[in-house]
Amino acid sequence: MSNLWPRVEPLLARVEKPARYIGMERGSTQPEHRPEHTSWLLVYPDTYEIGLPNQGLQILYEILNERDDAVAERAYAPWLDMASELRAHSVPLFSVDTHRDAGAFDIIAFGLAAELVYTNVLDCLDLAGVPVRSEQRRPEHPLVLAGGHCAFNPEPMADFIDAFVIGDGEEVIGEITEVVGAWKRSGRTARDGVLRELATIPGVYVPSMYDVDYDGPFIREVRPRFADVPARVDKRTVADLGEWPYPKQQLVPLTEVVHDRLNVEVFRGCTRGCRFCQAGMITRPVRERPDDQVRTMVRDGLRRTGYDEVALTSLSTADFSGIDGLVAGLVNEQEGCGNVGLSLPSLRVDAFTVGLASEIQKVRRTGLTFAPEGGTWRVRQVINKLITDDDLYAAVEGAYSQGWQRVKLYFLVGVPTEMDEDTLGIAHLAREVVKIGKRYTKKASCTASVGGFVPKAHTPFQWFGQNGVDELQRKVYLLRDDLRRSGATLRWHDPSATFAEGIASRGDRRIGRVIERVWRAGGTFQEWSEHFALDRWIDAMAAEGLDADWYVTRHRTADEILPWDHIAAGLHRDFLWDDWQAALAEHGLPDCRWTPCYDCGVCTDYALEHVVASPLPPAGGSQGTGQGLEWPAGSPQSPSGGAAVPVSIGVKP
Amino acid sequence: MRATSGAPVRLRFTKRGKVRFISHRDIARAFDRAFRIEQLPLAFTEGFSPRPKVSFGLALSVGHESDAEYLDVELLESLDPDTLVAPLSAALPEGVAVTGAVALLDRAPALQEAVSAVDYHLIPFDAHDEPISPAVLATLVDASARPALPVTQVRKGKERVEDVKPVIRTISLEHDGSTPVLELSLSTQPRFARPREVLEALGAATGVDLAEGRVVRTAQWIERDGARMEPLEADALTRTPEVCAS
Repeated sequence: MSNLWPRVEPLLARVEKPARYIGMERGSTQPEHRPEHTSWLLVYPDTYEIGLPNQGLQILYEILNERDDAVAERAYAPWLDMASELRAHSVPLFSVDTHRDAGAFDIIAFGLAAELVYTNVLDCLDLAGVPVRSEQRRPEHPLVLAGGHCAFNPEPMADFIDAFVIGDGEEVIGEITEVVGAWKRSGRTARDGVLRELATIPGVYVPSMYDVDYDGPFIREVRPRFADVPARVDKRTVADLGEWPYPKQQLVPLTEVVHDRLNVEVFRGCTRGCRFCQAGMITRPVRERPDDQVRTMVRDGLRRTGYDEVALTSLSTADFSGIDGLVAGLVNEQEGCGNVGLSLPSLRVDAFTVGLASEIQKVRRTGLTFAPEGGTWRVRQVINKLITDDDLYAAVEGAYSQGWQRVKLYFLVGVPTEMDEDTLGIAHLAREVVKIGKRYTKKASCTASVGGFVPKAHTPFQWFGQNGVDELQRKVYLLRDDLRRSGATLRWHDPSATFAEGIASRGDRRIGRVIERVWRAGGTFQEWSEHFALDRWIDAMAAEGLDADWYVTRHRTADEILPWDHIAAGLHRDFLWDDWQAALAEHGLPDCRWTPCYDCGVCTDYALEHVVASPLPPAGGSQGTGQGLEWPAGSPQSPSGGAAVPVSIGVKP
Repeated sequence: MRATSGAPVRLRFTKRGKVRFISHRDIARAFDRAFRIEQLPLAFTEGFSPRPKVSFGLALSVGHESDAEYLDVELLESLDPDTLVAPLSAALPEGVAVTGAVALLDRAPALQEAVSAVDYHLIPFDAHDEPISPAVLATLVDASARPALPVTQVRKGKERVEDVKPVIRTISLEHDGSTPVLELSLSTQPRFARPREVLEALGAATGVDLAEGRVVRTAQWIERDGARMEPLEADALTRTPEVCAS
C-alpha cells in the first residue's frame, strides 16, 4: 500500500502538533507516480516547523516537479512522540504530500543545514526501513543523497549517504535524475554501477568511490578507487540567479512555522569575507537577482500566498545594489494593499541600514537585531567583521531615536586570538548601547546573544582549535558577571552543544561510527537543548577510541590533510591559509566587490563573475570596503592577560 | 455586542478531512490569508498592529471535523455575500469550504455569546482504534440518564471534578450506514463542555474504556425567545446591501 494515510491518521490523535504531518500547503503538489518517473523524497531532517520554510528544499521540489521525468515529495523528521508511534505501529516514514512510504521512492535526499541534525538523518532512514549504512543497502532500497552547506565536509556522514551534492542544486538534480532514470530502466541492478556513474557528474561526491588511508590519527591520503572518479569534487554554482526565479509557488503552511512569510532571495553568495562564516566562503561569488525580477517575485508571491510580510533574503541584504531604490519601490507599491510588512533579515551594522529599516517599518518598531560578532575592534579585524564601535553606536542611536526600543546584538565567543579583554568588550558594547537607548526611551533594552564559535571547513579558521567546553563556559560566566545590573540581558548557547557541533563539523570518516552510536543511544533532535546530552557524544567517542579534543580543540598545521581537502568550494588553500595568517596578524581584508580582486580562487577557477548591478559600494555601506583598516588609535593593540588559547603556527611535529 | 461601522458579514464554513488536524489559530490565519488573496475590502483595527476585524465562534478542538463553523468579518463596503462563497473556498485549504454567507445586522451579538447549543456526531473508538459496538454505545446512552455524571478534569495542573450532566441536552444512538454513531447535543452555557469530557464521564459511569474517535460538529444554534436558529439566520440583514448603505 503506497498511501499510508489510513495508518497514519489514527496516530495523529495521540501526538503533539498533528498538523506537522498532513501536508496540504498552498503551493504543494500531489504528484502521480509512474514507473517512468524518478521519484525524489526531499527530507529536511528536523521538525516540520523548522524545515518547511527551507528555501533550498522548496526550490528543488518545484524544479523536479516541473520535469517530465521526475516527481518530488517532502518529508520532515517526525517528532519523538510520532517516531515512537510509527515504530510501535510499524508504520514507515512517509511523505507529507501523498503520505507515500519513504522506502518506495527512488531517491531519499536530505538537506543538511546544521551538523547536529545528523543523528536525525539516521533516524529518518531507519524509520523508512532503509539500512542506515550505505554498504548494507540493496538495489531495491532508495538511493540516499544529501546536499546543503554541511555537505562541504561530507566525511562524518560518508558511511550513511550514497552521494552528496556539493553546491547549488538547481542544475545538478536534473543530471542526477537522468542517471537514476536510466538505472531504473535498465532494471535497477547493483548499486555500485549507478553510484559510479553518479560520481562522474560534476558536483557529485560518492564517498564509497574513495579510499582513505591514515597515518596514526592523521589522514595520509584520500584516493579515488577508479580512474573515472575525480580526485577532487568541485562545487556546482548557478552562474545567473535570474535564470532561476524559484520558488515560484512558495509553500504556505497551514500551521505556524519559523520565517512564516514570503521569502524572496535577492542574491546568493557574499564577499564580505567574515572569516568565521562558512556560508559566505562556500557560496561565492555574489550573484544578484535582477531588480525587476525581485519586484515581480514579491508582487506575484504576495498575491498568490496571501502573506502580509515579505523578507528579502540573502547573507547581507543591505548590500544588494540599489537596495534603497528597491525598498522604496516595494513600499510604495504595497501601500494601500493593506499593511504588508517588508523585512530585511541579516541587517548590516550601520546607520544607513537603520534608515532602510525605518523606511520599511513605519509602524511596529519593536526590535532590531545587529551582529557585531566581536567585542573589540581588534578581534573584529581578526574575524574580518569590519565594524567599528562608532558604526555600532550610530546604528543603535539611529534605531532608538527613531522609535525602536529593543536592540539585540549577536556575538561569537571563542574566536581566534580572543583575550578576556575582547570577551569583556561584548559587555562594554552592550552597556554603551543601553546608555544610548536610555537617552531616548526609558524602555530601552539590549540583549546580547552569545554563541560559541565552531570552526568550519573551507574557511580561514578551519585550522583553528575550538575553545573547549570549560573555556567557553568561563567566558560566558565572565560576561554574565560583568553584565549584572547593567540593564543589558545576556543570552547564551550551551557550550556543550557547541562542542558536539565541533566534533561533527570537522570530523572525518571515523566520526560516522560516533554519530551512529549517539543515534542508537537515543540521541535525536540534538539541536533541541531538552534532548541534548554531551555525555552521549563523549561516550561514543570513547567507545570508538577517538579523542574528542584531537578533533575539536586542536590547532591544525599547514601540512595536515584535512578531511574535506578533496572537496572544493573554489577557494584556494593558499588563499585560506594566507587569510588565516592575516587574521592572526589582525589584518582585515576588504570586500572584493568594490576593491581589487585578491584571487580567492572562485571566479578565476570556475570562470565565474560577480553578478552585481553596481560596481560601487552601496550607499553608507562602508564596512568591508577598507575603512579604518589602519586603526591604531584608542584600540587595544596588544591584548594582555586572559586565558585565550595562544595560536601557534607551524608544521606538524 | 459588536461595535461596528462597516459592513459585517457572517460566514459558515466546514473543516473536513485532513485539515481537521490544524488548530483554531491556524484556521484564523488561513482566513487572514484567504481574505488577502481575494483582496476583500477588510476593516482593520486601530493601533500599532492593525488587524482585520474578524471574530470566530466557539473553538473547535484539534482533530474534530465540522460542517458548522462560523466567523464574522467586517468589510469596509457592503458586498453581495453570495459572491464571497466560491472565491474564499478556493483560497482556503482543502476541506475548509465556505458554505454560506449573510450580511449581518449592525450590532448583532457576537457568536461566542449568542450560540447556546452545539450538536455533534460521534464515533467513539476502543483501545484498538476500532469503533465501539452498538450494544456498548447503548449502555453509554442509558448511563446519560443518571442524576450526575462526574468527570475528573486536570486544569492548570489541578484536578477538579465536574458534573457534565447539566451540559447534555440530548444523546441518542443512530447509524451512519453500518457504523453506529452517537448524536450528541450540548449546551454551551453556562459552561462549555467538550465531547471528550462527556464521553469520559459516560465511560467512567459504565466502566467502558473508550477514546474520542471521530467527532463531527454538525450544527450550532442560537436560541432566542423560545426559537432555535442557525447562526446564519439569526441576525441576518434581510434588506439589500444598497438599502443598508444609505
